[in-house]
Amino acid sequence: MKFTTLVSATALAVASTAFVGAAQARDQVQVAGSSTVLPYASIVAEAFGENTDFPTPVVESGGSSAGLKRFCEGVGENTIDVANASRKIREKEIKACAEAGVKDIIEVRIGYDGIVFASQKDGPAFTEFQAADIFNALGAKVLKDGKIVDNPYSKWAEFNADLPDVDIAAFIPGTKHGTREVFEEKVLAVGCEATGALQAMLDSGMSEDDAEDACIDVRADGKSTDIDGDYTETLARIDSNPNGIGIFGLAFYENNTDKLKVATMGDVAPSTETISTGEYPVSRPLFFYIKKAHIGVIPGLKEYAQFFTADEIAGPSGPLAQYGLVADPELAATQASIEAEETMK
Amino acid sequence: MTDATLPPATSEPSSAKPAQPKSLYAIDELTRKRNAAEKRFQAYGIGAIGIGLFFLVVLAIAIISEGIPAFTKTIVEVEFTLTQEQYDEAEGQLFKTKAYEQIFIGALQGQLEEKGLDVPFDASTIERIVGKPGGDIRSFFKADESQLGQPVSFELAASSRVDGYINGRVTRENMTDSRFLQKTDLDLVDILVEASIIRSVFNWSFITGADSGVDNPGGAGIGASVIGSFFMMLVVLFLSLPIGVAASIYLEEFAPQNKFTDLIEVNISNLAAVPSIVFGILGLAVFIQFMHLPQSAPLVGGLVLTLMTLPTIIISTRASLKAVPPSIRDAALGVGASKMQAIFHHVLPLAMPGILTGTIIGLAQALGETAPLLLIGMVGFVARGYPDGFVSGFLDPNSAMPAQIYTWAARADYAFYEKAWGGIIVLLIFLLTMNILAIILRRRFERRW
Repeated sequence: MKFTTLVSATALAVASTAFVGAAQARDQVQVAGSSTVLPYASIVAEAFGENTDFPTPVVESGGSSAGLKRFCEGVGENTIDVANASRKIREKEIKACAEAGVKDIIEVRIGYDGIVFASQKDGPAFTEFQAADIFNALGAKVLKDGKIVDNPYSKWAEFNADLPDVDIAAFIPGTKHGTREVFEEKVLAVGCEATGALQAMLDSGMSEDDAEDACIDVRADGKSTDIDGDYTETLARIDSNPNGIGIFGLAFYENNTDKLKVATMGDVAPSTETISTGEYPVSRPLFFYIKKAHIGVIPGLKEYAQFFTADEIAGPSGPLAQYGLVADPELAATQASIEAEETMK
Repeated sequence: MTDATLPPATSEPSSAKPAQPKSLYAIDELTRKRNAAEKRFQAYGIGAIGIGLFFLVVLAIAIISEGIPAFTKTIVEVEFTLTQEQYDEAEGQLFKTKAYEQIFIGALQGQLEEKGLDVPFDASTIERIVGKPGGDIRSFFKADESQLGQPVSFELAASSRVDGYINGRVTRENMTDSRFLQKTDLDLVDILVEASIIRSVFNWSFITGADSGVDNPGGAGIGASVIGSFFMMLVVLFLSLPIGVAASIYLEEFAPQNKFTDLIEVNISNLAAVPSIVFGILGLAVFIQFMHLPQSAPLVGGLVLTLMTLPTIIISTRASLKAVPPSIRDAALGVGASKMQAIFHHVLPLAMPGILTGTIIGLAQALGETAPLLLIGMVGFVARGYPDGFVSGFLDPNSAMPAQIYTWAARADYAFYEKAWGGIIVLLIFLLTMNILAIILRRRFERRW
């Protein structure tokens, strides 16, 4: 009968899919994590597929924390091999990894990335920032007239007459992004100290930890917007708001110089040179993490890591630097540690 | 309803006035009001349709005007010869495609210098003008080594900035000098355009190709993800249609009416309203972590979307089974057919148009879904060519059209933004094809009673 054939065909289809799936061995490297590292990883993945006999790795995005969480789910073909991160792996995450059986992790630093403050090209003259300006504009509590108060400023010129007299509107990366942490650490915390707010908080009897946490609190009255998506979302917000200030990766800004203008930070203009010398203050290393247990199981995993960090790729004249990555001067040490499969302690 | 209550309200004042003569020709106050209300309602309706049409037109214009540049690409046409020694040397390196790129740039530079152009240029100028030709050159010679040592004519994608200049996106006014393109490079581009070495062609590789790295927008295509979507739709169709139809026939025709079947019915209706991301999480937990199916595979994507589509199909199938007049069933049973014969020979064929409509609506919904794919690894950089065969089409990592569009829209280079719009056009064409197929099938099955 028609019906019985229909049913048996369906049952067969379901059974065979399950069977084939279990029998299939994964032949490509699976990567997930930071959206800042994603462009670089995709450049390498494409070149790796074109230049070797291994299939092109699959690179997913989603943020450093999300990537490391998936990385720490366990060992086996149905888990990812490499996690991209725009910050160092945390102690907590290493512990979570170890609990799930991911004990041997190889850390690979691929280079440095600058974080820049940019606004509409034809917008107000946001060209020079100090960390203190950003803190005054975006901190939850700031120092005003010698007292710590809830951020009272609504215009930039209210605390620094050199800045444009327009409403504060900032678009900063959401908390799932590694970039946020760097922004808090290298801009807000620094600005907090520079304005004297940190000292005032300590003087008022706050413990050091509490004061530091209060320093990196971002105001929640709508002047600052968390962007959970990618830089394109930030760009779209800036596009529609002439007074908006956005936080971008250096590479993203350099790809969009026809729409954006960048501001100096601490009197230094961001560029690959000023970042590699350390003059430009807001930069951070980029990493990826490899599961050692997968080396030798997933074909091409070690080769992928070696290819990624080769001088021709991640070096100063390679395609990654061409796209905007600041090459790591200690690349040779990284190459050696991958060769020896050195794991983190 | 309101009309029925009107007369007593209006009769109060009219009783104060002298009674007017009633004539069927003279339109009285009440009729005039009712006619006016009808006119107004019609105007509202036309207005609503007008607004809808307006937005449709705006959307269509936006999509087409933004997406058209994705269908053209700027190419650099160069004839050049790769010697066996150059080939061997390049193959011996780690970054082979870069070596081919350098050889190509050297060859082009030589050719241009021979022509004695009156603009200054050097190798880096040419490097900024051509895109990333290394991959294409390598795969060409690797596939056919007999072409070595012979002059071969190549049409290679120009860099995205030059493409933008030809398309009018980048102009001398709005561009700033960067390592991607200098203003002076455009002088050379102008000359090459005049010599028709650089020209614009229809971008077949956009329709047939796979995704490319973020620094190579010229090589990006949506073809591979169309295949990914196609295989996903196959899975959805061949699982959800039989399962959905079987479930609804049983529930509608055979199942006893009790609390348990009521519970199932309520749950099916609820499932239809569950956000798709929930099915993605379920798919990750069940299909990948428990059943160990491969990540990023269209098979898993299809299974997840099947779960999502099933309630839609079940609900619409039950509705169309219900719509078949009971007289058909009674007549079939009356002449001695078994219940199953009555259903499969008479009820189901009549319900078929409705079932097909529901299925197509479900499939169309599934085709445009991105959220569940996010969790099973189909969103991201999945640059694989075409699958080798039918089975690998289900199991090899692949992307899907909406996922590909989303990925492109998130990239820094504006050229990818155009690709995203172009991808939307391809997605809409795919969708329209499916709908037209559905209409044709429906017409064939349609019967009147």
